[in-house]
Amino acid sequence: MKKIPIPIEENLGRGHLACAGCGAAIGMRLVLKALGERVVMVFPASCWSIIPGFWPYSSFRVTAIHAGFVTGGATASGIRAALDVKGDDETLVVVWGGDGGTFDIGLQALSGAAERNEDFIYICNDNEGYMNTGTQRSSATPLMAWTTTTPVAQPKENPKKDIMAIMADHQIPYAATATIAYPEDLLRKMEKAKGIRGTRFIHLLSPCPPGWRIPSEICVKISRLAVRSRVFPLYEIEKGRIYTLQEEKRVVPVKEYLKLQGRFGHLSNSQIEEIQRRVDESWDRLQRKARC
Amino acid sequence: MKKVITGNQAVAYGVILSRVEVVSAYPITPQTTIVEELSELIANGRLNTRFLKVESEHSAMAALIGASTVGVRCFTATSSHGLAYMHEMLHWASGARLPIVMVNVNRAIGPPWNIWSDQSDSLSQRDTGWIQLYCENNQEVLDTILQAYRIAEIVRLPVMVVLDAFVLSHTSEPVDIPSMEEVDRFLPPFCPSYPFEPEEPKAYSVITTPEYFFEFRYKIQKAMEEVSEVSRKVEDEFYVHFKRRYGAIERYGGEKADLLLLTSGTVTSTSRLVVKKLIEQGINVAGVKIKRFRPFPAKEISEAIKGAEKLAVIDRNLSPGVGGIFAQELRAALYPGEEKPVIFGFISGLGGRDITPELIEEAIHYALSHSQPEEEILWLGLKK
Repeated sequence: MKKIPIPIEENLGRGHLACAGCGAAIGMRLVLKALGERVVMVFPASCWSIIPGFWPYSSFRVTAIHAGFVTGGATASGIRAALDVKGDDETLVVVWGGDGGTFDIGLQALSGAAERNEDFIYICNDNEGYMNTGTQRSSATPLMAWTTTTPVAQPKENPKKDIMAIMADHQIPYAATATIAYPEDLLRKMEKAKGIRGTRFIHLLSPCPPGWRIPSEICVKISRLAVRSRVFPLYEIEKGRIYTLQEEKRVVPVKEYLKLQGRFGHLSNSQIEEIQRRVDESWDRLQRKARC
Repeated sequence: MKKVITGNQAVAYGVILSRVEVVSAYPITPQTTIVEELSELIANGRLNTRFLKVESEHSAMAALIGASTVGVRCFTATSSHGLAYMHEMLHWASGARLPIVMVNVNRAIGPPWNIWSDQSDSLSQRDTGWIQLYCENNQEVLDTILQAYRIAEIVRLPVMVVLDAFVLSHTSEPVDIPSMEEVDRFLPPFCPSYPFEPEEPKAYSVITTPEYFFEFRYKIQKAMEEVSEVSRKVEDEFYVHFKRRYGAIERYGGEKADLLLLTSGTVTSTSRLVVKKLIEQGINVAGVKIKRFRPFPAKEISEAIKGAEKLAVIDRNLSPGVGGIFAQELRAALYPGEEKPVIFGFISGLGGRDITPELIEEAIHYALSHSQPEEEILWLGLKK
C-alpha cells in the first residue's frame, strides 16, 4: 500500500472538551487534516455539540455549522445546493454525525440525501451508543453489551444495525469503514472520497473510554483489536456493489477484543462463543460479497 | 399582466418573481400544486434555482436552514401535519436568524383526518419566532410573498405567508402578475448582513451558556418589535411600484361603528359583503381584517377600534381549553389600554365547514342584541 503522508497542519485547536483518550478527538483531528481548509463541517447534535467548546469560543479552524439532531443529511443538502447556486464548487461539504444521528434519529434524512446522491461526505462517528447523554443504547450498540438502558441483568438483546449494508443499498458511489488505529488507511479513504462526486459515507469506529468502560490510554489499541478480531473489518464499497476487503493477517479471537472492555465484563464463555460465531458469519458474508 | 390563477399558482409566481435560489419541499394536500407548479417553472430553466425534493417536511426546513446560512434566498411550502412535523426546525430558523419565507396553506390537523381549511396548524406555531401574515385573496398572496422577502431580510426573521385551503389555494381569481423587471426594482438580490465565507471560518448555531443565551432571545424580541415599522416602509415602497397596499390590519365599513367584526383570511371577504349589506339596512357596524398575526399588531388594532363598544371576533381555529386564538390575543393586546370593549369570541368553520354570510350575520346580530356574551366561547354553526 502506498504510504500516505499525514499533514502537519492542525484544524482542531487546543482546548476542546473531549474526554481523556476520546477516540473521536483523534478521529476528528485526522479527518480535518485530510479535508484541508476549504470545508464546511455540519454537526448534527452529538458529543460534538459540546466538544468544540461554548460560544464565543470554538476549537475548530474550519467553518462549522451545528445542525438539528435529525438533520445531518438534509442540512448538508441545503448547504451544497446554496454553494452550487453561488458557483462555489471548491468548498467541500462534510457531515460528522454520531451513531445516534446516523443509525437512529437521522437515518431518514441521510437515506433521503443518499437516494438523491447529494454531493457530500458523511462521516458516522460510531461510538456505539448515546455517549453524550451518558451511555444509553442505540441501534449501533453491539449485541449483549451493557449500557445504562441495557443493564447487566438485561444486556442488549439485538445485534448492531448493519449501516454499511444500508448505505450500500442506496447505491452511493463510495462507502468505507475506518478506525484511528490505521491513520494512513483513514487518510487514504478520505482522499479517495474527496475525489468522488455524490454521497460518500465513512463509517468510523470511535472508542469511548467512559462508555465502553475502558482505560483512556487504550483507544488506539482497542480500535486495532476491533479490526483484527473482525468485529469491525476494514473495507470499501464502490457503487454499492464492488466490495474490497482488507484482509487482516494477525487475526485474534473476539475474546481478545471483548475482555478489555467493562461493557462486556458480564459475558459468560458461551455468550462470547455466540458473539464469535456471529462475527465469523458476518465475515463470511462480507467475503461472499467481495467475491461477487 | 392579468391572469386568472389559483392561490397556489399565485404562490409559485411570487416565488419565481422573487428569484428564489433554493426551494426545498415535500408534498402535502392542499399545498401540493405549489410544489408541482414550481417544479414545472424551475425545470423550464427560467431561473438559477435548485429544487431539493426532500423526503420529509422536517428535512425541507432543515435543508433551507443550511441553504439560508450560506446566504441564498430560500422557499418552502407546507400544510397541517407537515407544518407540525417541521416544528423543531421552525424554532431553529428563527433562532439562527434566517430570512426564510414559507407558505402554509391552512388545513386542519387530525384526527379525525381532514384536509380542509382551519387555522389551527399555523396558529399553533405562534411561539416559534416566525412572522405570520394571513392573506385574503390571490393577489394579496402574490404581493405578500414579494414583501415577505423584503421584511425577512431586513429584520432577519423568517416569515410564514398563510392562505386558506381550497378557498384560496384551489380557487381561481384574476391576479395582476408584475413583470420580473418591476419586481427586480422593488426586491433587490439578497445581501446577507453577515456573509458566509468558508475561507474565513466561523461557527454557526453552536452551544452557548446561560451567560449569553438570554441576550440572543432578547434580540429576537427586539427584531419582532421592528416589524411594524419595517413593514410600513416596505409597503410604502411596494405601493409606489404596484399601487396596492394591505397594512397589518385594515378597517372597512362604517366610520363610527359601535360594533366591529374582526376576521382573518378569506372570512374577511365574506364579512365585507355582510357588513356592507347591514350598513345599507342602517346597522352601525364595521369590520377589521387582521393580516399580521405575529408580531400581533396590538397598537394598530387599539387605534382602529377606538370608540367601539363591542368586538366580535370570528376564529377559524381552536385552542382547546381556551377558545379562539385571535380572540385570546386580542384580549391580551387590549388589556393594558384604556378602551375595554366587550369581546364576543366566536368559533366557526373548523375543518373547512363553510362560514356563510348567514353565519356572519348571525354573529353580528348576537353581538348587537347582547350586552355581554353568554358564554366564553360562542359556537357559530355548531350542530348541537
